[in-house]
Amino acid sequence: MDELKLLVSPSPHVRDTDTTEKIMFAVLIGLLPVVAAAIYFFRWPAVRILLLSSAAAVATEAIWQRLRGQPIRIGDGSALITGLLLGLSVPPTLPSWMVVVGSAFAIAIGKQVFGGLGHNPFNPALVGRAFLTASFGRAMTTWTAPLDGVTAATPLALGAAVSRIPDLFFGQVAGSIGETSALAILLGGIYLFYKGVIDYRIPVGIGATVTVFALLAGENPIFHLLAGSVLFGAVYMATDMVTSPVTKAGRWIFGIGIGVIIMVIRLWGGYPEGVTFAILLMNAVTPLLNRWTRPRIYGQGVKASE
Amino acid sequence: MRRVRAFFGGIHPKENKESTNSTPIQVLSAPEVVVVPLLQHAGREAKPLVAKGDEVLKGQPIAEADGRISARVHAPVSGKVAAIEPRPSASGRELTCIVIENDGQERWVERQTHPDPVQLDAQSILERIEEAGIVGMGGAGFPTAPKLTPPKGVIIDYLLLNGCECEPYLTADHRLMVEYPEEIILGAKLMAKACGARRIIIGVEDNKPDAIAALREKAGNIEVVALPTRYPQGGEKQLIQALTGREVPSRGLPFQVGCIVQNVGTAWAVAKAVRDGEPLISRVVTVTGSAVAEPKNFLVPVGTGFQAVIEAAGGFSQTPGKVVAGGPMTGGAQFGLDVPVTKVTGGILCFGVDESKTPDSQPCIKCARCVDVCPANLLPLKLEAYGMNEQWDNAREYGALDCIECGCCTYICPSKRPLLHYIRFAKAEIIARERQSS
Repeated sequence: MDELKLLVSPSPHVRDTDTTEKIMFAVLIGLLPVVAAAIYFFRWPAVRILLLSSAAAVATEAIWQRLRGQPIRIGDGSALITGLLLGLSVPPTLPSWMVVVGSAFAIAIGKQVFGGLGHNPFNPALVGRAFLTASFGRAMTTWTAPLDGVTAATPLALGAAVSRIPDLFFGQVAGSIGETSALAILLGGIYLFYKGVIDYRIPVGIGATVTVFALLAGENPIFHLLAGSVLFGAVYMATDMVTSPVTKAGRWIFGIGIGVIIMVIRLWGGYPEGVTFAILLMNAVTPLLNRWTRPRIYGQGVKASE
Repeated sequence: MRRVRAFFGGIHPKENKESTNSTPIQVLSAPEVVVVPLLQHAGREAKPLVAKGDEVLKGQPIAEADGRISARVHAPVSGKVAAIEPRPSASGRELTCIVIENDGQERWVERQTHPDPVQLDAQSILERIEEAGIVGMGGAGFPTAPKLTPPKGVIIDYLLLNGCECEPYLTADHRLMVEYPEEIILGAKLMAKACGARRIIIGVEDNKPDAIAALREKAGNIEVVALPTRYPQGGEKQLIQALTGREVPSRGLPFQVGCIVQNVGTAWAVAKAVRDGEPLISRVVTVTGSAVAEPKNFLVPVGTGFQAVIEAAGGFSQTPGKVVAGGPMTGGAQFGLDVPVTKVTGGILCFGVDESKTPDSQPCIKCARCVDVCPANLLPLKLEAYGMNEQWDNAREYGALDCIECGCCTYICPSKRPLLHYIRFAKAEIIARERQSS
C-alpha cells in the first residue's frame, strides 16, 4: 500500500461522455442526406468536388499544424466538415483547382490564422466561398441543370413565376450542389436538432424573418425559403457553434439579422443571393451579441424580503 | 401538493448509487488510534481543552469553539491523549489534531437525555446543539447553532431540510432517511423551534422513493416533497427555489428570503444530541467507487483513518488512481489514505487508475453547453477565459462571484476543459483584491 500513487486534481471528478469528436461526427452524419442528394442530382461532378474539397481542407489543416509545430488534430473532424460544407456550396462546374484553392483558403485564412479550431470569428467554409465568389465570379455563377448537366439559370435568377415548388423542395433545380434539395437539408437538420448539435433558434429565426420579409415585400415566401441557399445556410452554416452566439437571446437576434440581410440583398442588392454575406456579417456581430444578451445572473437584481 | 419550481440548468450524471443504496448502514468500531482535527467546520479552529497524557471519556469535549463561527469537538472514544500535533487532513492541508489512543472500553461521559425534547424552549435547544458540536453535515460544515440564529428582527418562514443527495455515488443521506426517519423528523422539529421557523418542508430527489415513503410515514403535518433528480438539486439556492419559489439575492444568504436550509444528516445529529445527549462523534460515510471491493455505508467514528474505512469495505479491488473525500462533483482528491473521517466526510470514493485520468483538454468550440447547464445563469466559457487570462475586472463583471462551484460546466464540456478550476481561481483573486482594497 505504500506504493500507492494517487492523482490529485480539482473537482468535478466525473465527466460527461460526449466529446468534441462525437459532436463533429454527428455533424458529418447530419450532412449525409445532403451529400447523397448532391451526388444524386449532379452525379460525377459532385463526387469530384466533394472529394477534392474535403481532401484539400484536411491536407491544409495537417500541413499548417505541421509547419507550426502543433499537434496534428485532423482527427477531430472539423476540417473535414469545413471541406464538405465548402464543396456543397459551389456550382457543379467549378474547376478542380478552384475547389482546392477555395478549400485551402477556407482552412488557412478562415480558420488557422486565428488560432485554429474554436478561435475563428467567421465560418471558415463561408470565408472560402466568399473568396471564390470574389475571385472567380463567373465560375461561381455558372450553373447547370441537375441530372443532365446542361447550362441553366438558378431559380433565383429565373424568379418565382417560372419555378415549380416541388422541384425546389426535392432539389431538381440548378444551384450549388448541396443547396438544391430542401428535403435533404431538412432531414439532416432534424437529425442535428435531435442530437442537440444545433439550436433551433437560429434556423427558425432565419426562416421566420425571410417569410415575413417576403410577405411584406409582396413576394412568395415559400419560393424565398426554398430557392438559393437559405435552408442550407440556416441549417448548416449559421448554426456553426464557433461563430454563432452562446446565449439564447443572442441566437434569436443572430437568426433574425441573417434573415433581414438575406432579403435586403435579394430584393435590393447587386447579387441574386445574399446568404453567404448575411451569415458572415452576423458572424462579425456575434461577440457583441454575446455581450449584449448576457442572461440575468441568478440572484442579481433580487431584493431581500425583509 | 406543493408546486415544484425547476431551477435553471443542471445535469444528470450517471448516478452509480445502486451498489450501496439498498444495504443497511453498518456500524464501524473505532480503531486503536483516532485522529481528531480541531477544524472540521467552516470558521475558526477549535481550542484544545486537553493536553497530552490526559485521560478522556467518550463524548467528552476535547476542544472548545473559538468565537461564534466555530464548533466544539468531542472525543469519539475513551482513552488517552497521545499527541496534539499537525496531521494531514482531507482538506488537503495539515491541521492540528488531537490524537487519542483508544482504550477499547467505550466509557461514556455522563449523557443528559431528554425523553420529550420538543418541550424544550428554543434557547435550550440551541444550547444543546452548540454543546454537541453540530455542524452542517452536507459537506460545507457551517456550524449549526449560529446558522439557526439569524440576525435580530429577521422572520424565518421556512426550515427546509435537504434530503436531495444529488451528488452521484453518495447514499449516506439516503440510508439515513430510510433507517432513521424518526430522528430526522424530530431533528427538523427541534431546529424549526430553535430558529422560529413557521413551516418545515423536506425535499428529497425522486430517485429515493423508499426514503420519501419512510419520511412520510413519520412526518405528521410536515411536508415531504419529491424533487426531480437533477444535480445540483441539493444546492442551497436551488433547493430554496424548488420548494418555495424564492430567489436568494446575489452574494446573499437564505435567511434574507426567510429560509434556513439544513441537511437531513444534521437533523439526525440534532435529534441524537437533544434527545439522547450524544455529541456529534460519528457520521455515515459512503465508501464506494470502482476500486472498492464491497461498497457500503458505515457509521464511522470521527477520527477514523480512510485506510481503515476502506479496509472495512473489503479493501481495494483494483489499484486506485484517485481517492475523493465527498461526492464526485464537489469532493476533494486525496494525497494519501492517512487522513481522518471528520464531521463533514459524506463519502470516500475510490476510482480505478483508468477512470482517474484527467482527459486532455481541447479548444473551446463555443457549443454553449456550459451556459445551458449553469444553475447560476453565468457564461462559464467567458469566465474560464477571463480567469485564464487574468482579467479580473471582466470576470467580476460576468458574475464570477455568483458561481456556486457545482462543477456542471466542467462536467458537461465536450472539449474537457477545466472551466470550474479557472473560475475558482478568478473568484479567489477577486476576493483577495477586494480585501486588499478595503
